[in-house]
Order: sequence, then structure tokens, then C-alpha cells
Amino acid sequence: MKLELVRFKDWTDPVPSVRREVLSALPHPDDGQPPLLFVPGLGHGAWAFREHWLGHVASRGFAAYALSPREQGSLRAYAHDVVQVAAGLPRQAVLVGHGVGALVVAHALARYPARAAVLAAPVLHGRAALGAALRTNPLGTLPAFFGGGLRLSRRQLFAGDPPGADAYVERLTRAPSAVYRSLLTAPGPADPVGAPPALVVGSPDDRIVTRKALDRAAARFGGAPLLFPGMGHDLMLEPGWQEPIDAILDWLVKELAG
Amino acid sequence: MHDTPDIADRHDAVCVIGAGASGLVTVKNLREQGFSVDCYERETSVGGAWNWRHDRSPVYASTHLVTSRPLTELPDFPMPDDWPDYPHHTQLLAYLERYAEHFGLRDSIWFGTEVVAVTPVGDGRWDVTTRGTGGGAERVQRYAAVVVANGHNWSPKPLSVDTSAFRGRVMHAAAYKDPAQLRGRKVLVVGGGNTGCDIAVEAAQQATTVWHSTRRGYWYAPKYVFGRPADQVHDKLLEQRVPLRLRQWLYHLAVRLTVGDVTRFGLPAPDHRPYESHPVVNSQLVYYVGHGRITPVPDVVRLEGATAEFADGRRVEPDLVITATGYLPRFEFLAPDLLDIDEDGKPDLHLHAFARRHPTLAVVGLVQADAGLLPLAHWQSVAVARWLRLRLTDPDRAVAVQQRESTRPLRSWTRLRVVPSSRHWFEVSHTNYLRALEDLLKQMEPA
Ligand SMILES: Cc1cc2nc3c(=O)[nH]c(=O)nc-3n(C[C@H](O)[C@H](O)[C@H](O)COP(=O)(O)OP(=O)(O)OC[C@H]3O[C@@H](n4cnc5c(N)ncnc54)[C@H](O)[C@@H]3O)c2cc1C
Ligand SMILES: NC(=O)c1ccc[n+]([C@@H]2O[C@H](COP(=O)([O-])OP(=O)(O)OC[C@H]3O[C@@H](n4cnc5c(N)ncnc54)[C@H](OP(=O)(O)O)[C@@H]3O)[C@@H](O)[C@H]2O)c1
Repeated sequence: MKLELVRFKDWTDPVPSVRREVLSALPHPDDGQPPLLFVPGLGHGAWAFREHWLGHVASRGFAAYALSPREQGSLRAYAHDVVQVAAGLPRQAVLVGHGVGALVVAHALARYPARAAVLAAPVLHGRAALGAALRTNPLGTLPAFFGGGLRLSRRQLFAGDPPGADAYVERLTRAPSAVYRSLLTAPGPADPVGAPPALVVGSPDDRIVTRKALDRAAARFGGAPLLFPGMGHDLMLEPGWQEPIDAILDWLVKELAG
Repeated sequence: MHDTPDIADRHDAVCVIGAGASGLVTVKNLREQGFSVDCYERETSVGGAWNWRHDRSPVYASTHLVTSRPLTELPDFPMPDDWPDYPHHTQLLAYLERYAEHFGLRDSIWFGTEVVAVTPVGDGRWDVTTRGTGGGAERVQRYAAVVVANGHNWSPKPLSVDTSAFRGRVMHAAAYKDPAQLRGRKVLVVGGGNTGCDIAVEAAQQATTVWHSTRRGYWYAPKYVFGRPADQVHDKLLEQRVPLRLRQWLYHLAVRLTVGDVTRFGLPAPDHRPYESHPVVNSQLVYYVGHGRITPVPDVVRLEGATAEFADGRRVEPDLVITATGYLPRFEFLAPDLLDIDEDGKPDLHLHAFARRHPTLAVVGLVQADAGLLPLAHWQSVAVARWLRLRLTDPDRAVAVQQRESTRPLRSWTRLRVVPSSRHWFEVSHTNYLRALEDLLKQMEPA
């Protein structure tokens, strides 16, 4: 376990404050369940969760929030923002990270005792993901090596050719090169504080996160991955979006009862 | 040991005394280690010292932190990053209330309940006697461990001179709440700690005349140096492992370049090097002295009739004397030998936290540092919780840890080169102290 009590970086060089975009869907009535905070990965914003998941989560009785990454961020700043928003919620939150958002969540977990954690299609090791990205989308990925932006393609994010997918891809923003460089070079996350239960979900047909990467993430954070064959990387935007989020909530309900 | 019928056995539960900052982190971290916790708080709400409605709160209307936000916030629950560098006391209270809410701590706290006695039962367990502050019968419950978090900034330290023949009003800073108490008065403030300096500055803005009495000279640090909060600049130097001597020299230099020689204002020269007394952080004291609004005077030797007389023979006639002499720790509910308290009232605890002869008794928050208290109290309580857990899960390792801890040199975790004064009984360097705790925590990691 990596413990870090002396934190000069946090103490002497605090992450600058910014206005953060947080979207939410709240249950009526709210009977005190822990809120869920969704953290999107590269290129995505809070909107990706508003499409389906936020509303669905609220309809099942949980407050749901999604945070957009700040502009000109870094892994440290993203994790800082997640912890800031989580600590600002009325109750201990469940952190749900998707893609690179899962890496951000993994880092946030070392700084905030989450009630539980979910890593969905997690990109925890930048190099492996970059390799996979080069294979599926060389044209969008290569410029990243020369200081350009990383562009994700429909083929990387979706399994088939679902309606609306092109519109989603249109909404993606290009992650500035400094950002994913910070993601690639960052040291691995320290262990979570407060030992939250964790779940890894993903798809064997994800073209960004390999099956091996899923198993590795699960081995570190939570047993075996929960798999949704036939789905692409963007679980929350795929036509079958309901199945994974229901499975996540079922798991959560069980954890909260235990 | 057999149960007497009127003692409720709480089995493996841990008792926490106090729901100030230290008590709250202790409740949370004990629960995180799987313990059931009963926390007793004599007030009807959380926050301790930072809840200035509490009758024992030492906080006054204008109190802002002296430690900057990043060095004051809890390591796993940051303050909002849009708060100022030095938040107001009401923000600290709001922060602690949100912490209690966020982690659902109120379920474990019994408000309006005072702990009046804690006695060992002999097998490492404790009988805790409580009483409702509104009256009612006493209750005794038996616990597996007790963590004391009763704070050490509420029991005023008496002034050494007799004040009974003084005609003006004498009050301890603990009773000072509002600048209106100073308006239009001739005020003598005694004590050069953070409280004394804050009140002297406030008096400079409100009172007609202000004398500030200190029994030695101090290093008055500004809140900002080089455009950054002073404690953050200091930590930059610590990060670069700048040795103490060089830091002292740099401190001198910074003071010389900014404030200059304070003795030309009539302030006494410090009788110690920088970092050898608890830091006083106040940018305005020297400013008001320089404007003639505060007259520095030496130690008070007599208070009689209308007059206050000082060590240099000077006499003045204040109508209000505020003694900001600081506070003494007090543990009315514990026999002194349990914490190895000496005749002066000073407890002797390992890492200022663990009772040396009672492995199930600990104190959280009994430290004072060159940074905020909350992070230290947090890690202390994590160490206490892990220690209590280790005793249950791996008693052999617990014994080994205890043996190794008994050889840890004092100088590695507490400040030994300080001005001898009861205000420095628990003075630590936050980095050295945290490193010692980190080392202890690593020894206790699950195998
Ligand atoms: C004016 C002032 C300014 C300060 N500024 C700073 C600062 O800038 N930064 C910083 O880090 N620290 C500062 N401090 C130190 C401050 O004391 C700590 O930050 C912190 O509040 C201490 O918390 P605590 O829980 O240890 O003690 P307290 O806040 O005193 O809490 C103790 C609690 O225990 C309860 N209690 C006591 N005895 C019993 C009993 N027998 N039964 C039941 N309940 C009991 C009390 O009612 C109280 O609620 C300042 C202190 C003062 C006096
Ligand atoms: N704004 C803030 O955040 C803030 C404000 C106030 C206090 N605090 C904190 O609260 C704690 C207590 O501070 P404090 O200022 O109340 O107390 P303190 O630091 O103990 O200072 C007490 C002062 O009174 C003097 N003194 C003590 N007994 C005396 C006596 N009998 N005769 C004459 N002088 C005497 C001391 O002198 P010696 O040095 O010679 O002992 C010292 O100057 C500290 O941790 C402090 O940092 C913070």
C-alpha cells in the first residue's frame, strides 16, 4: 500500500479553482441513498451521461451527477475536480468513471473515501489503450504523438452503427496533447482510502479497452469484471445502455445492504 | 470480571469524548476500520472550538485561520477550492458540519452528554460515566477502548499576578467575543500569542488606548510572503530540504527586508531564534505599533487600584485588561496517572497520542504545529483506529509494533528546541510528526 502523509504538492501548489460544469438528475422523493457521480473520459463531457444514465439512475431512487472535465486540465486537476464535487455532495458519493474517467476516479479514490466505486470500460494504462487506438484509428491517434489533438472515431466508440452515433462523435472535443501526455506519464494511483467496494464493467468487444486490460483492472480493484458482450466502448450511449447501468445499480444495492 | 447489572456492556464498541474537529475525524476513521462508536459531546452540536455559540469556544467574531486552507483542510475531505486562503471561523464550522453530515456521523454522537469519569476495569476495558448536561441520572457503560478528543484550547491559563485589588475589569481572552467590548476603552492586552496579537489589533481599531504586554519578544510572521501564504512558502523550503539553520537565516532576511528592525518601534527583540516558538502569524500588529495605535509594554508585575505596573517600572491606567495567556489541557474525567500527567499538568503520551501504559486509551488533537491541526488529528485517529484493529486481528504483531515504537526517539517527532513554556508542551513540526505517524502506519499495514 502506498501511503502519503506529507503532501508538499497539495500544500504549496494547490490546483487552481475553476467553475465546473455539473449536470444532475434528482430522485423524488430522495430517501437518503448515496449519490452517484459520473466522470467521463477523454473527449466526452457530462452530456454523455445525461443522454440516458442520469435520468435512469434518478428513476431508481439515486441522485445522479455528472462532471465535465475542465479545459486545459491534467490528471491531477481532473482528480481534484472529482474530489471537490464529491465532497460537496450531501452524502458520501459513489464514483463512476468511464474510459479515462476511470483513471481519474482511481486517483480521486486515493483522496476521498467514496461509498463505492465503479470503473466502466476503464482506461487505466494509457500505453495499452494508445496501442489499441493506433490499431483501430491510426489517423485520429497519430497526431497525438506530434503534439496534435487526439480524435476519436465512431468505430472506436461504438460496436455497430447505431443511429445517432455520428451525432455523438460530432460532439466529442479534441483532448489537447498536454492532457493525455499527463495521463500517459502519471504514476499509478495510490490505494483507495476507506476501502470502498469496487466494480469493473466493460465489454469484450470494446475496441479501446482490451479484455486483458479489463481483467487487470478488476484484479486490482474488484474481483472479476462484469461483461456486456456486443457493446462498444461508450456503454452509456449505446442502444443497449440500460443493461449495464441496471447491473451497476443492482450491484450497488447489494453492496449497500451488505 | 462479572458485570454489575447497572453497567451496560458495549462490548467491542469504542468511546470517543468530544465532537470537535478531532472527535469527528476519530468517529469517522474508527467506523472506517469497522468499529462501533459512541461519541459523547457536552454541547448540543458539532464543531467544538469553531462553534462560537459554545460556552467554551475561544473563538471571537473576527477570527480567521492563521494556517492557510491547503495546510488546514482534511486530507480526504478538502475545503471548497474557491474559499479564501485564510477562511473565517464560520466557514470552519460549516466545513465541520458538512463533514459530519457527509459521513453520517451524527448517528454515533450523543449530544448534550458530558463524560464525567473514565476508569479502567482491568482487562483493557473502560467504564465510562456520562451525565446529561440538562441534568438527569448518571449512566455507566463499558467500552473496549476510549479515545479522548476534548480539545486543549478552552481552559484558561491564569495570569501570574494577583488581580483581586485591581479596580478595572480583567477578563481572559476566552470570554472575548466581540469588538464592541473594546469600543471607547483603555485596553491592556497581555500575551503575544496569536490570540493576544489578534485582540491587540482589534483594540487598535476600536479602543481609545492600547497597551500590549509581552514577557518576551517574538517573531511576528506576516500572512503572506512573496505573494503566497507564509506557511506555503515555508513548506516549499521544507520540500527542498533546506536545513533549519538556513531557514532561520532566510526568515531573518525576509523580516529584515519587509518589517525591518522592530525594536525601533519599542518592541522587544526576540530572545530565541525563528521556529523556536509557536508561530505567530499577524500582518497587522507591527503595522499598528508603527502607527502608534499599540504601545508595546513588558511583563505585568502588578495590578492594583487603577494601575497596571510593568517590569520596567512603567505604570498605566487601563480600564479593561484582557489576558490572552493561552490555555492548559484538562482531563477532569481521568485519573492523572492514566495519561502520565506530571505535577505541572503535562501529559506524557507516545506521539502525543497514545497512553504509554494503557494500549486502549488514546488522545487525539493534543498537538500544536507550524500548520493546521486537522490533518494531524486525522492521521492520529487513523493510527489509533488501525492500532486498535491490529490488537484484535494480530495481537503478536501489535506487541512487536509496541516494542518498536518504544524505541522511537523523542526528537524525531516532537520539537525539543523551543522556548520553555507550557504553550510548547505539544509543539511539533508538522512534517516530522507526519513522517513518524506514516512510519507507524506502515508497520501496522495488513500483511
Ligand atoms: C482563536 C483560535 C484560533 C485557532 N486557529 C487555528 C487555525 O488557524 N488553524 C488550526 O489548525 N487550528 C487553529 N486553532 C486550534 C483549534 O483548537 C483546532 O483547529 C481545533 O478546533 C481543535 O479541535 P478539537 O476537536 O481538538 O478540540 P475542540 O474544538 O475544543 O473540541 C473538543 C470538544 O469536546 C467536547 N468536550 C470536552 N470535554 C468533554 C466531556 N467531558 N464530555 C463531553 N464532551 C466534551 C467539547 O464540548 C468540544 O466540543 C485555533 C484555536 C483558537 C483558540
Ligand atoms: N487566528 C487564529 O487562527 C488563531 C488565533 C488565536 C489563537 N490561535 C491558536 O490557538 C492556540 C492558543 O493561542 P493563544 O494565543 O491563545 O495562546 P498561546 O499561544 O499559548 O500564547 C500565550 C501568550 O501569553 C503569554 N503568557 C502565558 N502565561 C503568561 C503569564 N502568566 N504572564 C504573562 N504572559 C503569559 C505567553 O508567553 P510565553 O511565550 O512566554 O509563554 C504567550 O505570549 C495556538 O495554537 C494558536 O495558534 C489561532
